[in-house]
Amino acid sequence: MPTATSTRSPSQPVLKTPSQIHRARVWFRSHLILLVGIVVLGYMFLPVFVVVALSFNEPKSRLTYTFDKFTFNNWLHPCQVGDMCTAVGTSLKIGILATIGATLIGTLMAFAIVRHRFRGRAVTNLLVFLPMASPEVVMGSSLLTLFVAAKFPLGFWTILIAHIMFCISFVVVTVKARLAGLDPRLEQAAMDLYADEWQTFRRITLPLVMPGIVSAALLAFSLSFDDFIVTNFNSGSTVTFPMFVWGAAQRGIPPQVNVIGTAMFLFALTLVLISQLLGARRRRRLG
Amino acid sequence: MAQAESVGGDLQLVHLTKMFATFTAVDDLNLVIPKGSFFALLGPSGCGKTTTLRMVAGLEEPTSGQIMIGEKDISFERPYRRPVNTVFQSYALFPHLDIFENVAFGLRRRKVKEVKSQVEAILSLVELDGFARRMPAQLSGGQQQRVALARALINKPEVLLLDEPLGALDLKLRRQMQIELKRIQVEVGITFVHVTHDQEEAMTMADTIAVMNGGKVEQMGSPTELYENPRTTFVANFLGQSNLISGKVFERSDDLGVELYGNRIRVPRSRTSSNSDSLWVGVRPEKINITLADRPIPAANVIPGVVTDASYIGVSTQYLVKTAWSEELMVFEQNLLNSGARPGDSVNLSWDPAHTFALDANQDVDAGVEVPEADS
Ligand SMILES: Nc1ncnc2c1ncn2[C@@H]1O[C@H](COP(=O)(O)OP(=O)(O)OP(=O)(O)O)[C@@H](O)[C@H]1O
Ligand SMILES: [Mg+2]
Repeated sequence: MPTATSTRSPSQPVLKTPSQIHRARVWFRSHLILLVGIVVLGYMFLPVFVVVALSFNEPKSRLTYTFDKFTFNNWLHPCQVGDMCTAVGTSLKIGILATIGATLIGTLMAFAIVRHRFRGRAVTNLLVFLPMASPEVVMGSSLLTLFVAAKFPLGFWTILIAHIMFCISFVVVTVKARLAGLDPRLEQAAMDLYADEWQTFRRITLPLVMPGIVSAALLAFSLSFDDFIVTNFNSGSTVTFPMFVWGAAQRGIPPQVNVIGTAMFLFALTLVLISQLLGARRRRRLG
Repeated sequence: MAQAESVGGDLQLVHLTKMFATFTAVDDLNLVIPKGSFFALLGPSGCGKTTTLRMVAGLEEPTSGQIMIGEKDISFERPYRRPVNTVFQSYALFPHLDIFENVAFGLRRRKVKEVKSQVEAILSLVELDGFARRMPAQLSGGQQQRVALARALINKPEVLLLDEPLGALDLKLRRQMQIELKRIQVEVGITFVHVTHDQEEAMTMADTIAVMNGGKVEQMGSPTELYENPRTTFVANFLGQSNLISGKVFERSDDLGVELYGNRIRVPRSRTSSNSDSLWVGVRPEKINITLADRPIPAANVIPGVVTDASYIGVSTQYLVKTAWSEELMVFEQNLLNSGARPGDSVNLSWDPAHTFALDANQDVDAGVEVPEADS
């Protein structure tokens, strides 16, 4: 603004201060989101960093929670402590089976609820939320009562049944959301173009709903792998990884637990990275 | 409607009705669409055009009635077994497949060989060469519409259903595609059933037009016949514009003598679609001559009036002329003739009796008057 400066040259220093404040405010405003973002991300990731760091720790005694000495030993011998690896194996096995079971049943349920007009549809729609809404402690204890009453031996199978049960709701909700967003005219167009019911499902419906099914499956796996409360009620003498950690915490958590934690974290990260890379490659190919 | 003698692969709709709960979307429709013809379904929004097409495609079950192609009843055939393809109003391109695979979809399902060359040929026909590997979301609306067209057309069905296939295109591209579509239709000899709001599009492209209103066909015929000889006030107003004047028959001879508020005019019998003595007498605005009151009158049917508005729009001048009974009549005068009439002038409106049509007075005069394009 040349006119402003020429007429007001004596008062320039006075003008400068507000403009500096203004500049600071602009800077602050434009970087505010960044700052808040960093703080929130830090808040979210701090525990993860601790886990990663502790996986390289060699504690002086079992009961210390401080970082004492750097070592690769935990990573080289993760199965050194007691039955931890057996517990991880059990958890993985249950996680995978529960994921498959819950994803299959939940996906079918989602299709039924979204695509078919049957009696009791509204009620089903509501009841699906029930396992999600009821407290885990209640669910776990009532399941235990049920299994005991039925004289069903507690162990691997009761855990699996319980896990599939509480994962289904989450799968239904996730797949349903995706399916509801699917334009039925796409399937009609496929039928119009000589695809029979099966081909329409295989070529159009399934690929379009797949992202929903995949995220439902990932969610189911992490729910199952993590679960402690329901499992603890129904496990009998079977020990899953969360139960092992809980038990170990009484006597001091071995650093190998952090190795498993970090490994899981890295595995998840790799999955995300791969999917991002695939997406980017596809976009490049198209662009 | 001729319904008895069906030839080859005519598409026939027989008493076709579709009800949604208690609402009748398509009401006892009877149509014969000759094989290889270009047929347009024209009508205002919500009159049941899409519903009719969906029943032909097999995407909606008729409540009653039949759909036949030739001798074959396809009313309840699965959509993928019908020799019919659709260009959807909403395109319905498969978002996870690229343009090539979208277009190739029908060929692949039928296990046709030489997919690549056919897809390339049809893509270049709709001027989308080089777009084969793009995804639908990366295309403009007009481009998507052309993909939808290519995807249906490539299958060379017996009947191609087009649900406003050119709605998203700009005027230039639309005209170009109209010519192209018409050319393709003549070339491949497929029956086209073309749904549109755009009367000009229907008139320029179709052999036969059916004007639909409220789930029924109001009138069917060639573009000329519909325009020159509308049989209902709806058609008279929906297809172009009409001046409709209330009249009473005072004489029936070779033609009809009709009195319009004291002005006696003649109407040919062949253009009268009612036996009643009360009529709506119609004349198109471009058929009327406008002459200043003191000049010779060039045609036999005459009504005097006063000019209230004149607007010059290039090819013509449009006048509004108020009659003694305060009705405003519309006159389009070619800018060749130049009557010199200005607002306030007393004029005579005159036209040839042959250009007059008469409709039953028992109808709403304003039926089908175009409200400026609300949707498209
Ligand atoms: N599935 C449905 N359920 C209930 N009513 C429907 C359904 N589909 C269409 N209709 C109604 O049927 C009537 C005809 O609809 P249709 O889609 O055939 O109109 P259209 O002539 O294609 O209109 P437009 O020119 O706007 O596309 C409309 O009043 C619409 O609301
Ligand atoms: Mg429509």
